[in-house]
Amino acid sequence: MPGQEQQRPQRRDDPPDEAPAPVPAGAATAQGLDDDIDAVLDEIDEVLEANAEDFVRAFVQKGGQ
Amino acid sequence: MGIETEYGVLAPGDPSANPMVLSGQVVNAYAQPLGALAGRARWDYEDEAPLRDARGYQLDRASADPAALTDEDDPTLANVILTNGARLYVDHAHPEYSSPEVTSPRAAVRWDKAGERIMALAVEAIARTPEATPVNLYKNNTDGKGASYGTHENYLMSRATPFADIVRHLVPFFVSRQVVAGAGRVGIGTESERPGYQLTQRADFFEVEVGLETTLKRPIVNTRDEPHALADKYRRLHVIIGDANLCEVASLLKMGTTSLVLAMVEDRAITRDLSVEHPVATLRAVSHDPTLQTLVTLRDGTRLTAVQLQWAYFEQASAYVGTRFGADVDVDTAEVLTRWESVLTRLETDPMQCAAELDWVAKLALLQGFREREGLSWDAPRLSLIDLQYSDVRPEKGLFHRLVARGRVERLIEHSAVASAVTDPPEDTRAYFRGRCLAKYGREVAAASWDSVIFDLPGRQSLQRVPMLEPLRGGRDAVGDLIDGCATASELMLALGAR
Repeated sequence: MPGQEQQRPQRRDDPPDEAPAPVPAGAATAQGLDDDIDAVLDEIDEVLEANAEDFVRAFVQKGGQ
Repeated sequence: MGIETEYGVLAPGDPSANPMVLSGQVVNAYAQPLGALAGRARWDYEDEAPLRDARGYQLDRASADPAALTDEDDPTLANVILTNGARLYVDHAHPEYSSPEVTSPRAAVRWDKAGERIMALAVEAIARTPEATPVNLYKNNTDGKGASYGTHENYLMSRATPFADIVRHLVPFFVSRQVVAGAGRVGIGTESERPGYQLTQRADFFEVEVGLETTLKRPIVNTRDEPHALADKYRRLHVIIGDANLCEVASLLKMGTTSLVLAMVEDRAITRDLSVEHPVATLRAVSHDPTLQTLVTLRDGTRLTAVQLQWAYFEQASAYVGTRFGADVDVDTAEVLTRWESVLTRLETDPMQCAAELDWVAKLALLQGFREREGLSWDAPRLSLIDLQYSDVRPEKGLFHRLVARGRVERLIEHSAVASAVTDPPEDTRAYFRGRCLAKYGREVAAASWDSVIFDLPGRQSLQRVPMLEPLRGGRDAVGDLIDGCATASELMLALGAR
């Protein structure tokens, strides 16, 4: 089981020392994405419903469980 | 175990269309071409008791919300049993797919994916029918305007386990599980009153810690006590707090880690009381913070992040499995532990590294891409559209499906295995008997339910009911040869009677 070999960064049961600093929204993202992201966004752009505002307004559901 | 999902239903050309009618159209569009294989058998409500409470009393029918009365058969509502052992029907103005009973998280994911395929096939069938109102389906849990609809998990448990133990250990687990299992949502508050992004579709719709209701005052732990099995031996834990997952890894971990925690509760193997202060408020606070830095306060005063709370469960589960099974651990359990550890590790360093495995991260990566490229703020309708369309079941339009097609999402189940699960039942539970009977003797099946199949046999005055109150009985090993050898349902009944 290869997963058991992996290193785990130190983690603690005690809370972090400093108060949590808000992570800037874009910072974490840029790291996780690769060069392919522009092509992905282009493709998504092509399949997105034409009028976002109208679509979102019309998406009304009845409550369920 | 199993997963039931109510899908969002939309008629793009006709916003005033009645959602119950649309949902019925969805069920019928899938079931009608199957003819007797699915269309004729009714649901058998004999053993259903949705108002029974796990805490030991029964809610008075007159005082229940009408939406809680799910066992009243309305012939205008479509409701079929499929050859894969699943139930496809209209529930609360949504088409619902309830997967057949399975025994592993991987199988749960496989038959849940089969449900997505079935919904996509229904949408296609409707699109091909000129007189039908075109319908799209969405595997999500809210419209962002105050309505939520559910994705429920079910776990078979021992009746002997005290319900109070289940509540004590599950509440902190569910408060923190969303860092793994959340499907992501644009908008904060039930009506998206505040702009922003949160981990889950459902957190804002939960109001109490424990309760029987599922459509209002939703509880973190639901007490519905309707085992669909021997009631003195089993309980069916009905989990209503989860989101509809599209990512297979997220879905596997949701089912697998919850099963592990429940196994520990049954074995009294949880050594730490991790009870949290103000669980409902904490549930929402955790969901509202995609940076995962929000601190949870335990009743003993400890403060820790939701990821650290998950680590506390992981460590106990890892020790439990090691002690209990050692080297004999089954591959499914080993896989869940390995993946759980891997995901928690990366959530702690950089959550975006989980974009191929967790829905909330995959969706956030897309949204951030558009935010940066187009300078959008969180209240931009385009971002809400991406949130909704992520869950569109159509392969060509659903954004999740586009990510899969580009290889950006990790898959666990082969396409061919999903395709066969559309028609074939699992082989190791009573769903096998139910599904095979529908496939082979569909014309003679008058009704069926989770725990029964009722035959209407030629020449017999009364209906013949086969009870199936043991969920693990009726699998291929037990009845496969029998069904293979019986050409008709009458032969099958004779053979069953002789055993």
